Amino acid sequence: MSRPEDTLPPDLHYNDTEARKYTTSSRIQNIQASMTNRALELLDLDTPSMILDIGCGSGLSGEILSSVDPSEGGPHIWVGMDISASMLDIALQRDVEGDLMLADIGQGVPFRAGSFDAAISISAIQWLCNAESSEVSSTGRLSRFFNGLYASLKRGGRAVCQFYPKNDLQRTMISGAAIKAGFGAGILEDDPGTKNAKLYLVLTVGGSANEGDSGDITGVVKGMEGVDVLDARRKHKEKGRKEMKKGSKAWINHKKAQMEAKGKVVKHSSKYTGRSRNIAF
Amino acid sequence: MKVLTLNFLTCAVKACKSSSDSFPLHPKDCELVSDELEVNSALLTNVLTRVDWKALTTTAAELGFPTLPATPPTPEELAGDEKMLKELHTLLMETQINEGKLVCGHCGHEYAVKEGIANFLLPNHLV
Ligand SMILES: C[S@@+](CC[C@H](N)C(=O)[O-])C[C@H]1O[C@@H](n2cnc3c(N)ncnc32)[C@H](O)[C@@H]1O
Ligand SMILES: [Zn+2]
Repeated sequence: MSRPEDTLPPDLHYNDTEARKYTTSSRIQNIQASMTNRALELLDLDTPSMILDIGCGSGLSGEILSSVDPSEGGPHIWVGMDISASMLDIALQRDVEGDLMLADIGQGVPFRAGSFDAAISISAIQWLCNAESSEVSSTGRLSRFFNGLYASLKRGGRAVCQFYPKNDLQRTMISGAAIKAGFGAGILEDDPGTKNAKLYLVLTVGGSANEGDSGDITGVVKGMEGVDVLDARRKHKEKGRKEMKKGSKAWINHKKAQMEAKGKVVKHSSKYTGRSRNIAF
Repeated sequence: MKVLTLNFLTCAVKACKSSSDSFPLHPKDCELVSDELEVNSALLTNVLTRVDWKALTTTAAELGFPTLPATPPTPEELAGDEKMLKELHTLLMETQINEGKLVCGHCGHEYAVKEGIANFLLPNHLV
């Protein structure tokens, strides 16, 4: 079966007909619901929260977020971003409670720093691997998305993205972009090797109050079966420390990338970056 | 779109990222609706720690609401003040922008809101 991602851009694929077909299929409703519940389990929220739903579509996940029982830490409120006006139109007709935005996540995530307690994305982010046009690369779109997502989450916040990579290359491309943006990352695979296999990218924004607990990805996925911890930060840092001299150009650029990943504004790099200056009196 | 959400949204234009004028976006020619929702005090207390009070004061004034107190209530104050809780709930959760525009104070870009849905799609050169 061919992948819709390879055929058309998402806003054209999810037109009125497809959006209706998608949302009314009870098979799809069931699968999306079970993945949403799995993602909620991984988010592990214990208090009513503000959640970003990335590629929210017709609100199948959102409905579940709105109806989490108080005994389980809910109900939550959510803001959904989607590029398909037809999907959002169905969400309106279904009278969902969350706020909806027509937006392309490959253009970024336009919220101020630390807005959300958590983020969820079900079956959407693999679409970012298909460049919309020749002017914008998929690498650029992935990095704008993950940088924006990283900044929009509060410290200690988590994001869980279930996605369908086309192949290993896409899987690495997506998780690599998340790590580069500063996230602690792990991948959880349910039913590996079967045709029902499901991949969850579990992301954390560091800086939880107690070092080593929920803010750290290893704590999140440790002990779960089939989990692959991708957290490249530690390795990266050690390597960096050895190779980069403090104050060197490489070091400055590394720091700048770090700051940028945190959503800070940094000075443009040029050929003069990190050069020693002649002191003139 | 809820007033709460507006308190978190910024202009998506690249050149506006570093400008403090790009937040909050300013409602223009807006039609408001009110959707009755059950009060969720745990949620309100949680989000209030992250609400930008100064921006909310601006937005409330622009939408024609009565002036807000100078500082946000602390969680303790909120827990003991039923009236304040209800009023904040009405403003943040129930009041929605249904039609109109959200305007950036830095670049002037107008984001259209139709049936409550804000359109944040940008031409590529602005991203
Ligand atoms: C398979 S549907 C999933 C919808 C919803 N999350 C669910 O579980 O029912 C994928 C959704 O991702 C959205 N999408 C794809 N690329 C996107 C992008 N660049 N920005 C925002 N949404 C996008 C599509 O419009 C579509 O609604
Ligand atoms: Zn702007």
